Amino acid sequence: MDNNSKHVREPLVHLTRRLNVSARFAWLIRIGAFVLSILVCCLVSCLLSGKVSFGFFFKHLFEGAFGSGMLVRALLRDLSILLLLALAVTPCFEMRYWNIGGEGQAMMGAFGCALIVSYTSGKMPVWGTIVLSFVTALVMAVIWAVIPALFKAKWNTNETLLTLMFNYIAICLGAYLIKKVVPMGTGILNFDSGTLSSLGSGDFWIIVSAAVVMTVVMFVYQKYSKHGYEISVVGEAPNTARYVGINTKRVVVRTLFLCGLISGLVGFLLVSVKDASFLSDSTMQSTVAGRGFTAVLISWLAHFHPLAMVLTSFLVVFITRGATQVGNMARLGNSYAGMMVGIFFFFIIATEFFINFKIHFRPKAEKKPHETAPTEPEQKPVARDPE
Amino acid sequence: MGNQLAIELVGITKAFGTKVVANKNVNMDLREGEILSILGENGSGKTTLMNMIAGIYTPDSGKIIVRGEEAVIKSPIDAFNLHIGMIHQHFKLVDLFTAADNILLGERMPDDYGKGPKFFRWIKFNHLSRDRVKKLQSTVDQYGFGIDLSRKIYDMSVSEKQTVEIIKVLYRGADILILDEPTAVLTPQEIDKLFAVLRKMRDEGKSIIIITHKLNEVMAISDRVCVLRKGEHIATVETAKTTEKELTDMMVGQKIDLNINRELPDNPKPRLLIRDMSVVNKEGRTVVNKVSFDVCGGEILGIAGISGNGQKELLEGIAGLQPKASGDVIFHNPKRDRPVTFYHHDLKKIKAMAAEGRFHYPNGERVDLTNIKNKEIIRLVEDEQILFYEDEIIDLKDKSPREIQELGIKLSFVPEDRLNMGLVGSMSIVDNMMLRSYRKGNSVFVNRKRPKQLADDIIRDLEVVTPNDMVPVRRLSGGNVQKVLVGREIASSPKVLMAAYPVRGLDINSSYTIYNLLNSQKQRNVAVVYVGEDLDVLLALCDRILVLCGGQVSGIVDARKVTKEEVGLLMTKVPDKIQNYTYEEMQEKGEDNG
Repeated sequence: MDNNSKHVREPLVHLTRRLNVSARFAWLIRIGAFVLSILVCCLVSCLLSGKVSFGFFFKHLFEGAFGSGMLVRALLRDLSILLLLALAVTPCFEMRYWNIGGEGQAMMGAFGCALIVSYTSGKMPVWGTIVLSFVTALVMAVIWAVIPALFKAKWNTNETLLTLMFNYIAICLGAYLIKKVVPMGTGILNFDSGTLSSLGSGDFWIIVSAAVVMTVVMFVYQKYSKHGYEISVVGEAPNTARYVGINTKRVVVRTLFLCGLISGLVGFLLVSVKDASFLSDSTMQSTVAGRGFTAVLISWLAHFHPLAMVLTSFLVVFITRGATQVGNMARLGNSYAGMMVGIFFFFIIATEFFINFKIHFRPKAEKKPHETAPTEPEQKPVARDPE
Repeated sequence: MGNQLAIELVGITKAFGTKVVANKNVNMDLREGEILSILGENGSGKTTLMNMIAGIYTPDSGKIIVRGEEAVIKSPIDAFNLHIGMIHQHFKLVDLFTAADNILLGERMPDDYGKGPKFFRWIKFNHLSRDRVKKLQSTVDQYGFGIDLSRKIYDMSVSEKQTVEIIKVLYRGADILILDEPTAVLTPQEIDKLFAVLRKMRDEGKSIIIITHKLNEVMAISDRVCVLRKGEHIATVETAKTTEKELTDMMVGQKIDLNINRELPDNPKPRLLIRDMSVVNKEGRTVVNKVSFDVCGGEILGIAGISGNGQKELLEGIAGLQPKASGDVIFHNPKRDRPVTFYHHDLKKIKAMAAEGRFHYPNGERVDLTNIKNKEIIRLVEDEQILFYEDEIIDLKDKSPREIQELGIKLSFVPEDRLNMGLVGSMSIVDNMMLRSYRKGNSVFVNRKRPKQLADDIIRDLEVVTPNDMVPVRRLSGGNVQKVLVGREIASSPKVLMAAYPVRGLDINSSYTIYNLLNSQKQRNVAVVYVGEDLDVLLALCDRILVLCGGQVSGIVDARKVTKEEVGLLMTKVPDKIQNYTYEEMQEKGEDNG
């Protein structure tokens, strides 16, 4: 047979998995990628607009993020909200339950809060409204988080699709509420009373301290509690969990309950503390504004470690706010900041690939005349398990 | 027909890594138009050898000669070009396609097919023309497969899927067929049908290799038998000129003295009584069929059988992990003269049990709690003044896996995938120690103090090679992982310890560490169940051996008296009269010897 004598050709590029990656090496690559991503952001901006130069870009990037006390507060506030949402989805991911419904769960929290404020504000004491709206926010978000979990536990449905779809249902429910309350309005509900922010100007501290407390609580919960331990066993080795008698279904539902609680808290903070308004429309503009999705990335990039999440969410908020400033100054339009965040994520996600795999190129030597056939396509990277 | 060689293997050697030699200098031949059985125990290298012919592995050394010419088979495509087809144990079919589509899938259009532009010919070939299906149906009818090729794969039974696989290989022009344990998934009637098909194919001139370890099938179907043992070729014999006994002898080999320390069980009392246990698996097959036996405290009961004959399901059934298990499992909790605790019983239950007269005081007086205040009872229990009169008899049928575990019935199952059954690979040794015990106490937080102590003890006592106790267990070598797992199970002071294949993949020293651990448990009056595959070890370590065949008990024998060949025979065939060697006999013998 002629193909028995065929020489096996080595592919142009092949990948091997790195074993025993040292922490130092990993961090060097990450820092390198971050610097590179900022440089590419700068380069792209310079190419897009004549107004932007190297100096201009960095000046406004940092000014936008840290330019004044107010801006720093805004940065920390945004960071806290994002961090809280990332904390909410983290235990699910640790359990390998791919909850990408953080957006919808927070949205239901916001919806519950807005519902109570719209209908009870002025009819009962302010504190009554606040407490009731808080509780409702939590309950609604928990319901939204637990429904897909029950489906998963009972019929083993795919949680990714279900939680994703639930996001859109939540946003549409919110839009319906707004239409019901102000049929001729601008599509946004503004609250003058019945919210925490209407009581005073402590909103910044409420949000930041909530984030600090939740970060610590989540860290301890993951690392030192029995629940946290069960979550990692279920996630890492479902068969082992079965063997040691862990009730996997219960753990799933319980964890999503917790996730709902934190998401609900975020919903409440957004409506009652930060914005004092509620936005939701069928073009998917909403109070949560896509943070639920960003939170998924933040949690992943931090390898589900709550303290590392502080760093990743800081970087994302820094780029977002800095780039918004650059965009405003150079009149580059609304989507500019989104573009920059995209470039940033592109680099950071690629980093994980380079940390885990080593690339080998085919040595150039010994090219035989009959072997000049087109090169084989690049080998696809093996799906990486999240660890 | 019959004398020309289809395949000849000369000096084939294949090693995985430096340690495991799967095949060593194997010489074998397959004649044209015959059915050759490859017989051997688990791990004897049958499948590896066949995979080399099918192009999945390449031999390290040696020659494969196909129809008189030396061949280099580097991939399944090479094998296909040599008209060699292999039917694997796990089918490779597209569920959503019809049988015909699965068979035709991937076939190249011949250059002279049809007329017109290539693209239209291609469309016609792949999507419009049904003449290929007709041609296929004719092949099928020729062999009398009796299968409707227009049905979808997901509608088919296992046997029908296998038939589709066979047709696929035949349609692609194979005349050397290799079947890897084709009967493992079939019912007896389906096996008869398959054999009829194979005989018909042989008469058409095809050469067939069938891998199996069921002796009766070997006798029924094959013309010659090739026996492998521990990677080496023992003999190839004419089926007509051999007997089952002779084949078993060749398969299991000479008895090796292992020098494992074994003492006579000291006053064995039944600990676990299994009655008529049956387990139906997910596919609806009965994998454990009315199994009854006793396990005694202070003995090691070996379970022998070719893997996949119900060992795993049986143990899981006892541990409450098989949802479709029926039958009774009665546990005799050795509680006699031991104090009752609030760990398993609450106050109400203790009162009810006292009313039944199940307790006595240390002085021998019966406990009567009717006129005693609750507070006083709590004090008595906490002072360990209330003792069990007799062993507690518990029916495990309606207990959850967790409750069964807490009663002290531990299953340490060790299949190939150790890290997924009992351990968590990414966790440290310390965290893995907690798996069984982390629930204890009312605190919401885990306490890592005692697990750490335990981890360090195990590392020291069992000589686990690890940099420290915080290393993820998946970084440890197989033997060390095993020590961690078995060490943990034993540390929880079990009353019944079920260990399945605990020495699989371990080197000699680690294996002996495990045997010693099991022996020390036996001396502590634990009922040990040991599922093993190496008959030498089973004969040297166990007190009694239960042999499973096809999910049935084919005998319970005295491990001190039985021979390897007898066990080997029981593993492949259920005898008409099933021997049941009991602990009473054992006791009598113990007295005789004493």
